Amino acid sequence: MKILVCISHVPDTTAKINFTNGDTEFDASGVQFVINPNDEFGLTRAIWFKEQAGATVTVVNVGGADAEATLRKALAIGADEAIRINTTPTDGFFVAKQLAEVVKSGGYDLVIAGKESLDYNGAMVPGMLAGLAGYDFVNGCIKLDVNGSDVTAVREIDGGKETISAKLPLVVAGQKGLVEEKDLRIPNMRGIMQARTKALTVLEPIAATATTKAVKFEKPAPKSAVKLISPDNLDELVNLLHNEAKVI
Amino acid sequence: MSILIYAESAEGKFKKTAFELASYAKKIAAETGTTVTAVTINVSDASALAAYGVDKALNVNTDKLKAFNAKAYADVIKQAAAKESAKFILFSSNTDSLYIAPLIAVGLEAGYASNVVGLPQSISPFQVRRHAFSNKAFTVTEITTDVKVLAIGKNSFGLVESASSLSQEDFSPSLNDNDFTVKVESSEKVTGKVTIADAEVVVSGGRGLKGPENWGLLEDLASALGAATACSKPVSDLGWRPHSEHVGQTGKPVAANLYIALGISGAIQHIAGINSSKVKVVINADADAPFFKVADYGVVGDIFEIVPKLTEKIKAFKAQNS
Repeated sequence: MKILVCISHVPDTTAKINFTNGDTEFDASGVQFVINPNDEFGLTRAIWFKEQAGATVTVVNVGGADAEATLRKALAIGADEAIRINTTPTDGFFVAKQLAEVVKSGGYDLVIAGKESLDYNGAMVPGMLAGLAGYDFVNGCIKLDVNGSDVTAVREIDGGKETISAKLPLVVAGQKGLVEEKDLRIPNMRGIMQARTKALTVLEPIAATATTKAVKFEKPAPKSAVKLISPDNLDELVNLLHNEAKVI
Repeated sequence: MSILIYAESAEGKFKKTAFELASYAKKIAAETGTTVTAVTINVSDASALAAYGVDKALNVNTDKLKAFNAKAYADVIKQAAAKESAKFILFSSNTDSLYIAPLIAVGLEAGYASNVVGLPQSISPFQVRRHAFSNKAFTVTEITTDVKVLAIGKNSFGLVESASSLSQEDFSPSLNDNDFTVKVESSEKVTGKVTIADAEVVVSGGRGLKGPENWGLLEDLASALGAATACSKPVSDLGWRPHSEHVGQTGKPVAANLYIALGISGAIQHIAGINSSKVKVVINADADAPFFKVADYGVVGDIFEIVPKLTEKIKAFKAQNS
């Protein structure tokens, strides 16, 4: 089984978010970047398939040279090879177009991506990629098993979960649950050394037009101070929630 | 040309978000001088949409679509969009709608913006404000294609009543076998419990509750409020509560009217996930907990003393006001 894992290179979850250039660009200075957490669950599951069933795992990112550190980390935790498509990921459709090209030319059986990236939260690339590649698609996947070309996936739904059957080739958008948090891997020295000699291929982008653009960024308005209520005066809290906030 | 919405339903009844979506669509329709058409799937009577300004409902009723199937549902909505020459196709931010929307957008090569908050800032060029960076910021996104797909954040617009004379017609799109290659084999749904996605009020617990055996305290408060229960990431990692209750940046997002945090310190990742909630209350023994910086109301003290008292007060209040 040939697996492709799509990796976004995103600010660490604890990063402070600031903008620059008249609030038109994300300010990356001093920000630590990581593998998008939703992607990392999928990557870890892909490596599990590799170890259990002899799959090969390729990771791919659409981005600049700065994303290579993130791809190297993916190689260090067990991916076999990496591809970087050398362009600025302008919008979800543009990224999906680039990825679809890789999927088609590589003949991957299973494509795993995070259900959304924690920077732009577009939640659209996996579905669009499936559409462009002509693959079936399972979103919000929290459990994934493959037997031959039969796939069993569990999808999270509002208030529960759903067990789904599908066939390869397939695009899966994953999240926490694909593997447990404790099963995520930290690169060890051997992995890091091996990653240096694994192939990281840089491809030039295909021509594609973005369908949206981020015109401007805004930070939330500063919050007014919390109203503290004495533990001995909980009637006041009920009163405020009813009469002031009007939420009960 | 009209604005098409997918009015999501469960067991034949519209979800509340469908009415919010209709309200939103009506506003754009008024601004652009057009009408609102809703696609409904397995709802026998769509007349409830009339109160929120929907002009026409295309009702699809077929056993084939009994189980959710994103590809088939997308196919239905695409055919409805073609029939109506829709320039806007709008979705709620429910799990199923978010599954369908990218399939539609890519099929029509239409620009798609998810997580949209508030009305468009401008119609031409078309610009909307959306949540990004896990609620730590907003982007103003411009959609540059002729057909536009939007997913509107829950509780980001509200319900606006606007009576219309709704016309309803049966709609029978063509479905092919290719639409059904991904199959739902079984589903488990918690019944009789409010889900985090649908809840107006969410009561959430952190490590301050000290152990899973103390969750009765939280559940009592939640049940008095008719609220869903949730938890912080450490609590789900420790296995005190199921993953499905984990809310935060890597868990479920919460956009409730009222979010009550019990014994949650308020790590930046937690706040990111719940920040779209309108009103936030924190009860925590540690007055320096970061949650107090983002909360609207706070009580500093022992949750084991405060929460049962608060539950009684809420019960008394509900008894009086029902």
